[in-house]
Amino acid sequence: MSTNGNGGFVQIHGVCKWFGELQVLDKVDLEVPEHNVVCLIGASGSGKSTLLRCLNLLERVEEGEITVDGQRLTHEKVDVNALRRKIGIVFQAYNLFPHMTVLQNVMLAPRKTLGVSRDEAESRAHALLRRIGLEQKANEYPDRLSGGQQQRVAIVRALAMEPKLMLLDEITSALDPQLVADVLDLVRELAESGMTMILATHEMGFAREVADKVCFLDAGSILEEGPPDQIFRDPREPRTRQFLARVLEAEKLA
Amino acid sequence: MHALHQTLHAFFNPHSYTLAIPDVWAGFQINLKMMVIAEALVLVLALAIALVRGLPGPAAKPLRALAIAYTDFFRGTPIIVVSFLIGFGFPGLQLGFISNRSVMTYGVITLTLVYTAYVTEVYRAGIESVHASQRAAARSLGLSYAQAMRYVVVPQAVRRVIPPLLNDFIGLQKDTAIVSVIGVSEAALSAQQFSNRNGDFPSYVVAAVFFILITIPLARFTDYLVIERERKERAQAF
Repeated sequence: MSTNGNGGFVQIHGVCKWFGELQVLDKVDLEVPEHNVVCLIGASGSGKSTLLRCLNLLERVEEGEITVDGQRLTHEKVDVNALRRKIGIVFQAYNLFPHMTVLQNVMLAPRKTLGVSRDEAESRAHALLRRIGLEQKANEYPDRLSGGQQQRVAIVRALAMEPKLMLLDEITSALDPQLVADVLDLVRELAESGMTMILATHEMGFAREVADKVCFLDAGSILEEGPPDQIFRDPREPRTRQFLARVLEAEKLA
Repeated sequence: MHALHQTLHAFFNPHSYTLAIPDVWAGFQINLKMMVIAEALVLVLALAIALVRGLPGPAAKPLRALAIAYTDFFRGTPIIVVSFLIGFGFPGLQLGFISNRSVMTYGVITLTLVYTAYVTEVYRAGIESVHASQRAAARSLGLSYAQAMRYVVVPQAVRRVIPPLLNDFIGLQKDTAIVSVIGVSEAALSAQQFSNRNGDFPSYVVAAVFFILITIPLARFTDYLVIERERKERAQAF
């Protein structure tokens, strides 16, 4: 069922958001076709995370419209819970449930919201954990896992809901450099499998590799967007150039 | 010398102990009964009220206000006054089903109402201590507000508040003696009656020992839980 008549699986039009007096999103427009990967780059506070949180209604949009898979999120009567089951989000701080084992973390939502039986949920969770090489950690609590392992569990926890869209919010920012690769490998694999994804990231090399489109956010709006080669090699906007130069500098120092 | 001997005798007459122990023990069984029933009720009611107080949205405002009024009233009123209100007031209402209960039932109601108010605050602190990101993670997986509370927030909150909660239960266990003021024949009242009859005090010592025997293990257990948690948190920090 293709409900995305004009090509955008995700359509964002004129979205504005304020935190009190502070405008954090300013007339954001963005279209993401199905099976595409879009990377949001920009300095901290430029609105990347807020935009992602608006996409699964963790934040309210004050102006503008968002449509996902033909369903208008910004409609008053949208079934928030049903919608979120189709949209997975992974956070910078993993946010695994510390009182549940890895397996229980992955099984919870499918069992409680999709009515999947315990056996079914368990075998699916095992399969997902096997895929990320963590099946032997199934009965451990999250605090026994490294950051990278926790983040991979957080990703498969979202995947267990079989979402049609994945939002990744700076998922490697809290990780030690040597743990980043495993997480990025998993995201790469997802991209190759055709998952529609929007990710906010500071990993410019990775963005360049997996993205179909890169958007540079500045002060709450998308200042520049384009294919990764163009954005990274030949940015039009001076602010983009400035930002990329600073990031490159920081990477050299690191 | 004689005066000292008399004083010692008034507290330590062995014969008096052999008589006081069974007497006070009979009363103390009522304390035990009230403790267990009140604690079970408090655990459930306080959680319910804490959840009501945390309900989001403008529609729940009257419910939230009611929950706040409840805790304000019962935390602000001395338990002895609540005892009188319930123990003498309820029979005076002349409403069949609430006016002809036993004094012990009124005692349990008093303890439950007062301690529910305290424990509600304990639960609320626990619920608020669970980071908002946990709720966000649960909701983003499609869990409803109620499911997020039930499976993610409350289990973590309850674990965190077990020590302060047990602390309040130590208070509750001691305060079972206060409802003697409405005529519940529990340990303190039995001890007083025994003392009045015998003109000595071993019955009070016996009552004190009974209370200590149940509160001290609970206090040590609470300490143990706190230390255990600190140990775990330190282990995690490394």
